[in-house]
Amino acid sequence: MQDFADLVFEGMTVCGRVIGARQGFVYLRGEYRYLVDALKATLQSRREAGLLGEAILGDPSFSFDIDLHIGAGAYVCGEESALIESLEGKHGVPRIRPPFPTTHGYLNKPTVVNNVETFASAAKIAVQGGEWFASRGTAESKGTKLLSLSGDCERPGIYEYPFGVTVRQVLEDCGARDAQGIQMAGPAGHMISAKLFDRRICFEDLATGGSFMVFDHRRDILDGIRNFAHFFVHESCGFCTPCRVGTSLLRDLVDKVHTGHGTRADLEEMRKLGQIMRVGSHCGLGQTAPNPVLDSLDQFPEAYERRLRSTAFEPAFDMNAALEQARWLTGRTDPAAYLDEEALVGAMP
Amino acid sequence: MSEELSFTLDGRRVPFQDGQTIMTAALAAGFYIPHLCFNPEFTPHGSCRVCLVKINGRMQASCTTPAAAGQTVLSEIEEVREMRRGILQMLFVEGNHVCPACEKSGACQLQAVAYYAGMLAPHYTHFYPRRPVDASHPDALIDFNRCILCELCVRASRDVDGKNVFAVQGRGIKAHLVVNTPSGKLGATDFNITDKAAQVCPTGTILRKHSGYEIPIGQRLYDRKPINVVGDVAALAVSKGGRRHD
Repeated sequence: MQDFADLVFEGMTVCGRVIGARQGFVYLRGEYRYLVDALKATLQSRREAGLLGEAILGDPSFSFDIDLHIGAGAYVCGEESALIESLEGKHGVPRIRPPFPTTHGYLNKPTVVNNVETFASAAKIAVQGGEWFASRGTAESKGTKLLSLSGDCERPGIYEYPFGVTVRQVLEDCGARDAQGIQMAGPAGHMISAKLFDRRICFEDLATGGSFMVFDHRRDILDGIRNFAHFFVHESCGFCTPCRVGTSLLRDLVDKVHTGHGTRADLEEMRKLGQIMRVGSHCGLGQTAPNPVLDSLDQFPEAYERRLRSTAFEPAFDMNAALEQARWLTGRTDPAAYLDEEALVGAMP
Repeated sequence: MSEELSFTLDGRRVPFQDGQTIMTAALAAGFYIPHLCFNPEFTPHGSCRVCLVKINGRMQASCTTPAAAGQTVLSEIEEVREMRRGILQMLFVEGNHVCPACEKSGACQLQAVAYYAGMLAPHYTHFYPRRPVDASHPDALIDFNRCILCELCVRASRDVDGKNVFAVQGRGIKAHLVVNTPSGKLGATDFNITDKAAQVCPTGTILRKHSGYEIPIGQRLYDRKPINVVGDVAALAVSKGGRRHD
């Protein structure tokens, strides 16, 4: 949007022509507010050139314009129906689907919702044709993919690759010499370890929205996982039970292991909880929120195991501290009023 | 004569008409699927997720999924029951549900569904949120500790009573039920005990004052028969142990 906004607007206009729409919106999350003036200027220059507004290129049957809408930056508003709710001025809560936006979208009218990358590609395809587009990529994933490379690499930035490129190639190009893991497609995506670096980035292998975070060997993977777990507590919209409550429960379990109080039972609990969130949540956010934990349990078990207590079970709270009020009320300070925690834990099943 | 549309629910044939969901068709045919935020008098909400069933191999909410001919729906299988128990346990630890001390015990849909689903303990760590009780209204009491965010009172007050007394504020785990007045007090609204919103709560959040513990514990609605036999408390007349006031 910084460098190719005109191309995106062109793609939206092509879409408007194809589906017979008169109005398009750019939903800009709050973090990108600094782009507003430049985007408005680009829209205005397109209007002056007769590429937006009434009777585009002199064709009285083709009128289309684009408005900017600034969101507050909620992650869930990347989900298309939550985005539409937000666009209508409501809480960003995903709708019940069906009906889908293609029939009941903005103001219950048929609506196309697409990523800026898709619109930019559509504009190019309109000029250069489908064959040109399909000449790159793999059999099932045509064209190219923008990757946003970040984290422990020498040359972070946005890279464009034909679909099918290997993870290893990408790491080489951006100067990530010591990667131990990659978080693909953002916090809700998948975490992969070095065993999978020869996999290819495409729909039939490793699909990604574009985010590509490199973690090198200086990092503790669990620090990153903990960050993601806290992130989803913050970003859950609170509508459905598995996501609203599950994200907090999962965060507490990750914190418990991270601070050295977790046991094997907690890891098993994470898997069960993650499964409830994955299959039970209302939208994609809750369904994918446990991914970083579930993936890392499989790909980086050592990140968890080296912090585990050797006991089978550890309570989620400090029993001695919990008894403090009772001791105070009864005025007891004798040794028998304090629990021997080690003995207690040993007695647990 | 056109062929009757149907799907199967745990192997039993359920006929349906176009426009029905798995839930409405099952209930119409006399089959029970556990639910909390669903009430047949209101548009489906799909938020509590207790009505999850496995439809053609995929877990989906039965209250929002349209019925389609030939679907294979599984509800009372261990995989679904385990999922459902987990979700109910989440609801129990999110709020403060002290069943033995609750006036609604025995006539509470949350409690009855938990019994039906075979939930024996809350399992997860309690959140113990601090939520004040609102007794400012002359005829009704709100104990926010018991709210499960089904939004039935929100919907009833807005769509039936035309009053908009309730709303949900906050996001994520901080989402909570509020009363739509500057003071946040129910006494400052035109809420009436005969309002629809006073009759739809599936838990003991919105209670009628001046008439507590009329039926002894042990003889209440769900004390004798389970919810799949008795039905939803909001759908029953007072004479049957329900909490309707009309």
